[in-house]
Amino acid sequence: MTIKTPRVSTTALAALAAGVMSLAAPSAQAAWTLNMTPGISAMSREIYSLHMLMFWWCVGIAIVVFGFMIFSMVHFRKSKGAVADQHFLHSNRIEIIWTLVPVLILISMAVPAARVLVQTEDPVATELSIRVTGYQWKWGYEYLDTGVTILSTLSRDSNRARQLGSGIDPNSVPNYLLSVDHPLVVPAGVKVRVLITAQDVIHSWWVPALAIKKDAIPGFINEAWFDIDADKTGTYRGQCAELCGRDHGFMPIVLEVKSKQDFDLWLKKQQDALKQPAVTPSETTTTTTTTSQATTPATHVSAG
Amino acid sequence: MATTEHGAAAHDDHDHKPHGFWNRWLTTTNHKDIGTLYLVFSCIMFFIGGSFAMLIRLELFKPGLQFLDPALFNTMTTMHALVMIFGAIMPAFVGLANWMIPMQIGAPDMALPRMNNFSFWILPFAFTLLLSTLFVPGGGPAGGWTMYPPLVLQTGSALPLMIFAIHLMGASSILGAINVIVTIMNMRAPGMTLLRMPLFVWTWLITAYLLIAAMPVLAGAVTMLLTDHFFGTSFFNAAGGGDPVMFQHIFWFFGHPEVYIMILPAFGIVSEIIPTFSGKPLFGYDAMVYATASIAFLSFIVWAHHMFTVGMPLSSELFFMLSTMLIAIPTGVKVFNWATTMWRGSVSFEPPMLWALAFLFMFSIGGFSGLMLAIAPADFQYQDTYFVVAHFHYVLVTGAIFAIMGAVYYWLPKWTGHMYNMSLAKWHFWLSTIFVNVLFFPQHFLGLAGMPRRVPDYAVQFTDWNMVSSIGGFGFGLSQFLFPYLIWQCAHGGAKATSKVWDTSIGLEWELPSPAPYHSWVEAPSMATIEHGVASH
Amino acid sequence: MAETHAPADSTRYYLPHGSPWPILGSVALFCLMFGAVSYLNEWAGGWALIPGALLLSTMFFCWFGTVIGENQHGIYNDQVDRSFRLGMIWFIFSEVMFFAAFFGALFYARNFSVPWEGGEGVKVLNKLLLWKNFNPAWPTNGPAHIGGRADGTFEVIPAFSLPAVNTIILLTSGLTVTLAHHALRATHRGALTFWLACTFLLGFSFVGLQAHEYGEAYREMGLRLSTGIYGSTFFMLTGFHGLHVTIGAIMLTIIWFRVLRGHFTPNKHFAFEAVAWYWHFVDVVWLGLFIFVYWI
Ligand code: HEA
Ligand code: HEA
Ligand code: CUA
Ligand SMILES: [Cu+2]
Repeated sequence: MTIKTPRVSTTALAALAAGVMSLAAPSAQAAWTLNMTPGISAMSREIYSLHMLMFWWCVGIAIVVFGFMIFSMVHFRKSKGAVADQHFLHSNRIEIIWTLVPVLILISMAVPAARVLVQTEDPVATELSIRVTGYQWKWGYEYLDTGVTILSTLSRDSNRARQLGSGIDPNSVPNYLLSVDHPLVVPAGVKVRVLITAQDVIHSWWVPALAIKKDAIPGFINEAWFDIDADKTGTYRGQCAELCGRDHGFMPIVLEVKSKQDFDLWLKKQQDALKQPAVTPSETTTTTTTTSQATTPATHVSAG
Repeated sequence: MATTEHGAAAHDDHDHKPHGFWNRWLTTTNHKDIGTLYLVFSCIMFFIGGSFAMLIRLELFKPGLQFLDPALFNTMTTMHALVMIFGAIMPAFVGLANWMIPMQIGAPDMALPRMNNFSFWILPFAFTLLLSTLFVPGGGPAGGWTMYPPLVLQTGSALPLMIFAIHLMGASSILGAINVIVTIMNMRAPGMTLLRMPLFVWTWLITAYLLIAAMPVLAGAVTMLLTDHFFGTSFFNAAGGGDPVMFQHIFWFFGHPEVYIMILPAFGIVSEIIPTFSGKPLFGYDAMVYATASIAFLSFIVWAHHMFTVGMPLSSELFFMLSTMLIAIPTGVKVFNWATTMWRGSVSFEPPMLWALAFLFMFSIGGFSGLMLAIAPADFQYQDTYFVVAHFHYVLVTGAIFAIMGAVYYWLPKWTGHMYNMSLAKWHFWLSTIFVNVLFFPQHFLGLAGMPRRVPDYAVQFTDWNMVSSIGGFGFGLSQFLFPYLIWQCAHGGAKATSKVWDTSIGLEWELPSPAPYHSWVEAPSMATIEHGVASH
Repeated sequence: MAETHAPADSTRYYLPHGSPWPILGSVALFCLMFGAVSYLNEWAGGWALIPGALLLSTMFFCWFGTVIGENQHGIYNDQVDRSFRLGMIWFIFSEVMFFAAFFGALFYARNFSVPWEGGEGVKVLNKLLLWKNFNPAWPTNGPAHIGGRADGTFEVIPAFSLPAVNTIILLTSGLTVTLAHHALRATHRGALTFWLACTFLLGFSFVGLQAHEYGEAYREMGLRLSTGIYGSTFFMLTGFHGLHVTIGAIMLTIIWFRVLRGHFTPNKHFAFEAVAWYWHFVDVVWLGLFIFVYWI
């Protein structure tokens, strides 16, 4: 499965590059994506429409301003014999107008933006809290008060293919660089809070479908929340979005969204598994183990 | 203001350039020679920084790692930015300031000529330190030009090299900025009042203030990195009561003014070129000056728009979002005034004007995406993606670099005394303009589709736009070879340039012969010359 | 040497010929930086610091010597003098901004990062999940008690002990340098040399006391550069300030020697004033330090 984004079909720009396209091996997962995903929650759609609002304002302003410039260039061109009007040099009235009009436009942008911003910062009444910890270079997840933890690293086939000169065609690897061994499992239709931090350096937890990007900062907890539409179960993918060293590009985030019932079942199963005596060593590195390390803060002291 | 009533240059050999490499270049105190040194240095750095960018584009041509190890890739990204910002753009502007400010304000030279030499000659040493990081154990700096701790503290032997290089660049910029301020405040010919100064002089004056206020803060920030790494301080270490985010605040308190340091002189250049090729003086001169000053002021209170995702309190997010949006207003005033300068003008399309016009359109595109980035909730989706990369290359490459190109094409005949090859210049322009858009426009799409920046490899659905972008990059890079070639040609021959060079050029520099004499205004221009040389606003 | 000649024509703005000093300065800076790098990286020790420092002092000596010589020949007119003044003012401003970075760090740590780690306001989770027993009171070396004595504790230097004495010393020196300036204007050479000597002696005693204070802090109080955020901000701020006092006092001493040589006239004494400005700047920074680092 790919990142769920609408595939806005190719436009004039794509045509420009069509020749280039023929050089490329036809890639399995369609390309030429032009726009952001509207996402899978009310909040992500709000942010998407904010983005579109800004976009259309910019297009509009561009048409007016560029239109004016092009008109002046063409209409007053010297080669056509235009003579410069040496007296048209300033006008306070015009200056005031083109100061005030942008002010109004900006206000009309700022109001919805501020409204959405306030919402994003409002993590009250969440039902489930997940602690997210960034490591060089993997993600740790802990379902608070359940003891269930997940350690999530780049899937093995992606990892093999991404080595320098591996000779493996990335197109042959499903979800190249966007798949992990153990995805984060979350319920749909539930308000979930993520508590984001890091162990070593700064990372950033970003899932485009949720429109959440929050930096994971060692020694501090950042909060974010999401509430996925009940019908949007499935797999969604994201990536670390803050340079965190050599493998920054290789610590994806995979979200498995289950219905509330399925999620509860899943969580229960994980908790039961925890109660089993001693997991075999080979399994410790995999999914469900309580890592005490995830709950004690690192006393990061810089090297040297 | 009492100035040199009887002119200047209190020594015997007025137009006699010193001979020999040592005397002419190493010990020079002449503003034109120092300006040339700066410009040549900047051009070399542009090519070095550009080759790093070419390696980046090469690796990103298709998914999978083909050429660069991820750590080396990150080093390329980091060095590309540091070299371009501190090596290419800033020295280019200082070089132009050196050449043009004394000529434009009727001064014989810069006010502090020995210091002028010092501020240039620090630079080659600074970049020796910086570029030597590529060869030290542990590899070059790979934490991005923003040098965020704790990551940057994992750098090996390169860390102190990079930090001291930055200290030196800072010292150079501060000395250069002091010189510009003193020159403008103290060396203007009698009658050259503040509100008669050409806009290039104005924008540089304001830029110099930004430099003096911002560069020491960067020096402080990197000093803290140094002590955190080597002497056990805890500025950026939560365990000791510090905070990694504190670095980001200090860095961006420098960093945002820094991006305006890289654009205000460009605004000045465009404000010189557009009137000349519109056949009439700049529209709304006073408004342009005030707008520049407002941008400079605002630039100090918007820094945290680079940090919307670090988890600031809501009130801070709101404040920085709103203050950032405000910058669109004075910038808009500038764009509108430029456009209106052409209105009812007589517009011709010589090479400098082409670059200035391209600047107008493409800088605005970069500005629009900047405004989108300013919307904090939307920035959650844009931040650290190629959308940001597209934004800042539009303002930096098609903004700053294009303006610098325009400036060179505008003043080159004045410097060399020869006209250059017009059709080659137009080729350079058109190739650059087409390829630069192929290079950077698709990066908007990549960013929106979810491609993070600073990654050496990517998921396969980003392949196609990356290929387009890389091809644009190679095309743009190759086109740049025309530029030094053309300059070389022009320096060594070509039709003689008149003192005015362009039919409608206005300004004191055009009252001097081409090539301009070694000491610009040995006698300060008379009031009549100034009135003639300065547009009546 | 390139810069001989030049008629004593003070109606013109003096433009020097080529000068070897700046490039010498660049080489010196390079040696210094390279020496420091090589010391920090444990490559070959800091030996390059030595030629660097020597070259740098030579450079200053010769460069300023040249400028003083030119000035003594009367080739600087008022406009040149004004250039120097403006240059010095904006140089001091850049120094102010350098200190601002460190004051900013102090401000941020005290008002944001430390309280946040202690769970203030919306940041309550930091306390609940990360730093459970942290008491975010200032002064602090952080939740992990970095540095300090063996048990992680440390003491701070009370404001109204040596620092208060140092404040009085510096404020007095600000006064004495002003008295010296008045004496210079009034051509009272005796008073001038006396007050100026007082100023730099006070300056050096400040540095001495500060060094003594550092010694105690390191040996007995567990207060070191590595003592968490308090130690970091304390030593970086006071350390850079102390460095500036030292430089200022050295410059005052040089000025004093120049006074002995009869260099300054009542209305032309830029170097004297520049150093005095610098001294006042150092003074004001200290007031900030005394208030924000030691006192509150
Ligand atoms: C020359 C350099 C330059 C310039 C001029 C700008 C200009 C602007 N920038 Fe940009 N910016 C950078 C260089 C620059 N930037 C760099 C290098 C980065 C990345 C750093 C890094 O992370 O490595 C960055 C990143 C950056 C971010 C952070 C993105 C992120 O990391 O998430 C933001 C967010 O607000 C931003 C905003 C803006 C805004 C609002 C402007 C405004 O000044 C733009 C104003 C201009 C216009 C708006 C267009 C013209 C106006 C009109 C035609 C008038 C009418 C318009 C309206 C009323 C809307 N920039
Ligand atoms: C300051 C100005 C500036 C300039 C002028 C440029 C110019 C260019 N930049 Fe740069 N760039 C930055 C500033 C700048 N950039 C910054 C601040 C960053 C962020 C860094 C970070 O994340 O920390 C960045 C990051 C950055 C990235 C993202 C890297 C990443 O996230 O990993 C990319 C990727 O495409 C890129 C590309 C380019 C290209 C192709 C050019 C071209 O315009 C360059 C064109 C010039 C030449 C090519 C030189 C001339 C030709 C030759 C030397 C001959 C060789 C030519 C061929 C082989 C064809 N830049
Ligand atoms: Cu983790 Cu980037
Ligand atoms: Cu900014």
